[in-house]
Amino acid sequence: MNAPAQAPAPPPPPVASPPAHQRGEESWSRGDKLGVGLAWAAGIGLCLIAAAIVIFMLVRGFQYLSLSLLTTHPLPSLEQSQSGGFLDPIEGTVILTILGTLIAAPIGVGIAVWLSEYGRPSWLARAVESGVEIVAGTPSIVLAIFGLLVFQQSFFGFLSFTAEGNAVFGRSFFTAGAIMGLIALPLIVGSTREALHSIPAHVREASYALGKDRISTIRRVLLPASRRGIGTGITLGMGRIVGDTAIVVVLLGASLQIQPENGTPVWGLLKGTGSTLTTYVYNNSPAGEGGAPEKAYAAAFVLLIVVIFLNFAVDLIARGKEPGWTR
Amino acid sequence: MDPLSPPPPVRRILVEEAPTVALPPVNGNGHRPHAAPASPLRRMPRADTAAIERMRTEALSVAYGQKLAVNQVSLSVRQGEVLALIGPSGCGKTTLLRSLNRLVDLTPAATRGGRILLDGEDVDLFDVTLLRRRVGMLFQQPNPFPMSIFDNVAYGLRERGSKKPSKRELEPAVIEALHRAGLLEEVKDNLDHPALALSGGQQQRLCIARSLAVQPEVLLLDEPCSALDPISTQTIEETIVSLRTEIAIVIVTHNLQQAQRVADHVAFMYLGDLVEYGEAERVFNSPVAERTREYVSGGFG
Amino acid sequence: MNVSGSHNAKPRDRTDQRAEIALGALASAVLLLIAFMIVFVFEKAWPSFAHNGLAWFGPGGNVDEQLANTFNSPANPNDYVYTMHAWPLLYATALITGISVMLATAVSLLSAMFIVEFAPAVMQRVLQPVIRLLAAVPSVVYGLIGILVLVPFVGNEVISGSQKDSVRYVIQLDGSSILVGVLVLTVMITPIMVAITVDALRSVPRHWTEGAAALGVNRWRALRTVGLRAARPAIVAAIVLATARALGEAIMLSMVSGSVGFAPNPLDGTTFFFEPARTLAATIVENAEGLSVKPFGETIYAFAALLLVSSAFLSFAGWAARQSMRKYTLQAR
Repeated sequence: MNAPAQAPAPPPPPVASPPAHQRGEESWSRGDKLGVGLAWAAGIGLCLIAAAIVIFMLVRGFQYLSLSLLTTHPLPSLEQSQSGGFLDPIEGTVILTILGTLIAAPIGVGIAVWLSEYGRPSWLARAVESGVEIVAGTPSIVLAIFGLLVFQQSFFGFLSFTAEGNAVFGRSFFTAGAIMGLIALPLIVGSTREALHSIPAHVREASYALGKDRISTIRRVLLPASRRGIGTGITLGMGRIVGDTAIVVVLLGASLQIQPENGTPVWGLLKGTGSTLTTYVYNNSPAGEGGAPEKAYAAAFVLLIVVIFLNFAVDLIARGKEPGWTR
Repeated sequence: MDPLSPPPPVRRILVEEAPTVALPPVNGNGHRPHAAPASPLRRMPRADTAAIERMRTEALSVAYGQKLAVNQVSLSVRQGEVLALIGPSGCGKTTLLRSLNRLVDLTPAATRGGRILLDGEDVDLFDVTLLRRRVGMLFQQPNPFPMSIFDNVAYGLRERGSKKPSKRELEPAVIEALHRAGLLEEVKDNLDHPALALSGGQQQRLCIARSLAVQPEVLLLDEPCSALDPISTQTIEETIVSLRTEIAIVIVTHNLQQAQRVADHVAFMYLGDLVEYGEAERVFNSPVAERTREYVSGGFG
Repeated sequence: MNVSGSHNAKPRDRTDQRAEIALGALASAVLLLIAFMIVFVFEKAWPSFAHNGLAWFGPGGNVDEQLANTFNSPANPNDYVYTMHAWPLLYATALITGISVMLATAVSLLSAMFIVEFAPAVMQRVLQPVIRLLAAVPSVVYGLIGILVLVPFVGNEVISGSQKDSVRYVIQLDGSSILVGVLVLTVMITPIMVAITVDALRSVPRHWTEGAAALGVNRWRALRTVGLRAARPAIVAAIVLATARALGEAIMLSMVSGSVGFAPNPLDGTTFFFEPARTLAATIVENAEGLSVKPFGETIYAFAALLLVSSAFLSFAGWAARQSMRKYTLQAR
């Protein structure tokens, strides 16, 4: 098998000339160049559209926004000069955002904690996960009319106005706020889970090794460490609440001004109806009954500023100092 | 195979003879004779054949940011022979290899100095995509695309022109490439199966076929066998040596024995400097530089 | 206290057990909620389906007339009018959603490829907040710009007099159209898809991109063949997400795509795009005040039931698709 040394075989023929290389070929075909061109167009197009929206709203906003609009109550009047400002809608937006966040935050964090730290049995955990996804994907209009259905049951009469004849109105800050909480919920669950997920295992192990049980670990160690993620989720949720119109249209009642239900200080207010910036814009546009595009622009401008600010806040929170887990 | 029988003898690569798999026959005493001690590698003599120089580096330097990875290296890559780049980890041999097909350009922090010439032309002057079709590369970890075997090999041929060649047009080239890579027999009935289902050695040979399909003039191999078992390694080394007459081959290897098996020319690098460069016999048996002697004899690694 | 060294400390003491049960109940409440939602909405919607049978989904008559008749039903429950042939609404929903998703997929794939491979560093940094901004703008603001700028523009400058005349007896063309609806909806759903696709393209393993480059394939081809292929699961998930979002868009579309339950006729040629239409979601939001009138409300709930089923199905499909990717991103949707 291993042959002894022999006279070397004759040298191979001179190596063939290198294979004819298609030197004339190009590296970018016409289709490729078209593709890259389209990609550029898409990228620049998105930038242009965003710029157009921002600049347009800025121009219109400065044109029509005045301090008085922000501080006067709206009045039902067809005369533009007498229809007042949109203080009530602003208050409405604030109230709903606070209410929705107050409802969604504890529930959302609780669900996230259960999914992340407990999650037994696993079929239930998977079902809950997909359940949260389904809530996230359900259109807010559908959630809104579901909410109406629920809150019009006599059992929930205490949350809104009950007419004579026992018909529950079902529309109030409470009911709208509850459904607002529902749309913010998936965002809070998602961000909190991510924050919990990023805490390394040795932190939990250290806590258990010190004798702490799971719930104390969660309360004392994990949740404080997830503050940033929870904050991000809450801010994202607030952004979603501020921007939603469909829920307000269905569940807040169509009153321009805030109409408390009775004299009780906070409770009465929350049982009452009102409007928000979003419905104000909607109603003052040609789609609603108002023919007040100037007011609509002004309110839309304020709305946009608020939403941009909330987005900016998400960035700030997310960029905060990373907890120094030594690895 | 009987687990108590001696393992098959280590085979050396002999270019003139076809490799065989059979054990030496049992002799009259009922024992298998031990394999003859491995004889030194047989090579084609260099004298009569002038290897054609395909690529040359002139004082090539590569730096990542402030750190110099390759320092003023000049060497020559010739068709008809295998050039092995050897040296300990971090000595710059992979960086040198990756600069030959300008793959270092993909790393943002990398800067290059000096010249690289392909057939006399400066590689910076022509289109990098065209360069890479002439100078192919094989990576340490086999990286077949998530497609079928056929699509993998045909990939380079499909994605290089305006007209999309049909499967029928591509088939001869694909079969040829698989044959040269030594993989055809094993996969010829399964060309549409996913490439990722192949074993490690097969995947690496698939990558060889993929590179060969584009008909490169130079082939760069970055430790192609380090992730493979010995049998696959052997097959690939045989393929490499059989290709060297048509393609200029540069192989980076950690494994001194592999370099001894396949290389005709050797370049030894240490910390970015080209310490020694010459014919394989000389560098391994009578190196000039002290450091080469230390490395080759296993003094450090 | 349990001094256990085990890091899988099973909740052995009572507080932990109670906490687990409480939190578990809270989490399961979500499932209960969804179950209730489906049951309640379908229960309310049933009469409308029952009275029409399968013809509910078919064409026949003018949807707006049918809605008005239902709203004006006599007070006697036996005389309630339930006739509803919702085909124009279903058709409009499928049309607007379908075209928007297709357009958005093309635009977002191209933009994502641009961001990942071809955009200069400055543009990469600019495009990130741009995408976030476009995703954050409330739908009513999109609708406002649409109805005050785009609709008049299309109505006055783009649609010619002769086109208006050609359909004069059937429908009035004033600019509220599926064209404007599709354009604005595409802009609204593109950002979601871009974010997911960019993430996916960036996680394509480097050895594949290097392998393609080493074969002498240019950046565009490599991205198109290897990158998009590797990112396929993410792209599918993005499409599902975008479709769900498009289906549920009510406010913006009710402002710009027209307030008539009209089924645009493709045989009209280009005029087809200028014809108005109204999707299921937009119909619900426009008729939300009449929900207390029994038969009318039940018809509206029937629309909602349909939306609920399709979006639940889509969400589930998207969740299943993303489970196979198993990745948590900050845009957790």
